[in-house]
Amino acid sequence: MNNTNNATPFETRGQRTQRLVAASLKRRYRAELRFRTYGIVAVTLGLLFVVVLFSTIISKGIGAFKQAYVTLDVTYSAADIAPDGKLAPADLAQGDYEAVVKAALRNRFSDVTERDEKRKLYGLLSNSADTILRDRVVKNPQLIGTTERVALLASDRVDLVVKGRISQNTPEADRTVSDLEFGWIQALLAEHRLKEQFNTGLFTHGDSREPEQAGILGALVGSMLTLLVTVCLSLPIGVAAAVYLEEFAVRNRYTDFIEVNINNLAAVPSIVFGLLGLAVFIQFFGLPRSAPIVGGLVLTLMTLPTIIIASRAALKAVPPAIRQAAFGMGASPVQMVTHHVLPLAMPGILTGAIIGMARALGESAPLLMIGMVAFIADVPRALSDSATVLPVQIYLWSSSSEQAFVERTSGAIIVLLIFLLLMNALAMILRNRFERRW
Amino acid sequence: MASDTRDVVVDAAKFAVPRATVSAAGDQSAPGAAIDTQTIGQVTVQDPVMTARQVSVHYGAKKAIADVNIDIGRNSVIAFIGPSGCGKSTFLRCLNRMNDTIAAARVSGTITLDGKDIYDRSEDVVQLRARVGMVFQHPNPFPKSIFENIAYGPRIHGLAPTRADLDEIVQTSLRKAGLWDEVKDRLDQPGTGLSGGQQQRLCIARAIAVDPEVILMDEPCSALDPVATARVEDLIDELRQNYAIVIVTHNMQQAARVSQRTAYFHLGNVIEVGSTNQMFTNPRHKLTEDYITGRFG
Repeated sequence: MNNTNNATPFETRGQRTQRLVAASLKRRYRAELRFRTYGIVAVTLGLLFVVVLFSTIISKGIGAFKQAYVTLDVTYSAADIAPDGKLAPADLAQGDYEAVVKAALRNRFSDVTERDEKRKLYGLLSNSADTILRDRVVKNPQLIGTTERVALLASDRVDLVVKGRISQNTPEADRTVSDLEFGWIQALLAEHRLKEQFNTGLFTHGDSREPEQAGILGALVGSMLTLLVTVCLSLPIGVAAAVYLEEFAVRNRYTDFIEVNINNLAAVPSIVFGLLGLAVFIQFFGLPRSAPIVGGLVLTLMTLPTIIIASRAALKAVPPAIRQAAFGMGASPVQMVTHHVLPLAMPGILTGAIIGMARALGESAPLLMIGMVAFIADVPRALSDSATVLPVQIYLWSSSSEQAFVERTSGAIIVLLIFLLLMNALAMILRNRFERRW
Repeated sequence: MASDTRDVVVDAAKFAVPRATVSAAGDQSAPGAAIDTQTIGQVTVQDPVMTARQVSVHYGAKKAIADVNIDIGRNSVIAFIGPSGCGKSTFLRCLNRMNDTIAAARVSGTITLDGKDIYDRSEDVVQLRARVGMVFQHPNPFPKSIFENIAYGPRIHGLAPTRADLDEIVQTSLRKAGLWDEVKDRLDQPGTGLSGGQQQRLCIARAIAVDPEVILMDEPCSALDPVATARVEDLIDELRQNYAIVIVTHNMQQAARVSQRTAYFHLGNVIEVGSTNQMFTNPRHKLTEDYITGRFG
């Protein structure tokens, strides 16, 4: 390259410049191409990870939205249900519905006589079958003495066979379903008595030890209640703090100190907030353990810095000319803020709040500390009821031993991801549609 | 007002007297640089709407303007001219206490509106600004509809008890600002969608909607093209019938065209005040003459 810098007497200045620039151009274009390639590789890798993550979760979890049901001819024999002839609902509820279920199964597989085999046969159905029949009879006592076709929840093992998760090709000793059971399942399948249906139970049941009965409704409601508390507290407090710091506070040592601390708070690991919540809200204030109200309070502490920082940025983005105009018209500082600055900053504030909420929705560590990790089968009805939340439910299921919970775990993750995607989409829409109207 | 504090830094820097110039001004031997800070010319007028006596403004330790004495007459336009950083905008902002929003600014001296001190404790700044309106350098309509822009002032000050009154005020304000025919069919459209000149006239209409006595204009045409400038200048001339107008301008032709009186500011002092005619044809101070003839500024 060195000799090219020396202009020879045989070339004009223009030629020389052209030659030198041409030499450097190549280098520049190469550098640019390289840089662009890095970028494309990075983006592709990122997308690839997302695709892999989503495809594994979806392929694992999509089955959770389907559930096997066994259709049986159930005979409501009066001898089992109302042996003493009393038909009051309370008496009907006392009936031996297990016997009805068992009879229905025996009726279908009449060749099963041995005790051991019978027990296996009864194991084809989930143990909730008798309660389903009981509810039907209590609701409509006229069923007694009749026979009807009822779809009953299959057990988790049958469900797994139907979904192909357990294969008969594996040695019998290595699987939880014996060849005998496989025979029954295939017989039922051939008769179209064993069918997959949409798993409504996943969305209408609380948690359960039985995988086929376990649902996420309890966790979903728990998450909603917790987020409700969080949004009701963190949004007004966060916005008020941001407005005060940005529009009213004099900049001095104290406000600088506050600002630094808010930024620090945003970086505190979330489990620390959980410990704080345990010490303050539960130990000191005596609020109930495992309750959405405490969860909401803890998540409020966690989201506050996010909302304050986002709100301050949104307020800062409002041009000072708007404030001048408002003051020039004789607006008081509060009028200036509420009539002009806040409405203009609102999209940005809401975007920040939604992103904060999305983070809170996916948070599990601080909630473990305040006891929202307990097994809770009931759907919470109040802020002080024991509850769990979606991410903690996922955590609980992922540590369960039953194979069927693997699928449920991924199913719950899909539901959680859908909520997170919806919230982020909403934030994006708000940002694109309403921001920067001046 | 944290956000305004940031502005202060800019403003203070803008208005700060450059050190080199101060020493030059203080150096009496420098040819033509001797500054007599005593204002010459016609400071007072008959029946003034506003008066300023010995008004000084400090930004922190820096003195932005010193001992300004000036009267603002009714139904006339007074123009403040002078080089950048001479304190004319600072003084203008004293007249409706916009400097209050700047934490570092200190104002001393007396400014009266109809004989009452506007910096008196009993005086409410909201009331003052309803009587002394302001139009800014860059058109700054609220990002709301044209109607809402005009209606905002009357609404917060309770000037329009009924919807009909409000409609009336909006219409007359827009008519006075010469904007009615252009926007009457789209009052519900955003004010920010208008052209620059229309936006500035919208801001003028917004200022007159609260029927002030004085309108302050801080370089109202500096962001406008010549056609829009001419329209705003015509408008200022019309508005003179009903309002006292104070206009800060860098454009001397504009000052000559629209004002009846002119004040020349130099490094924080008012050097000369007089009728526009006299100032531009026969300036009495050397500095005024130099500035007007374009020798500096």
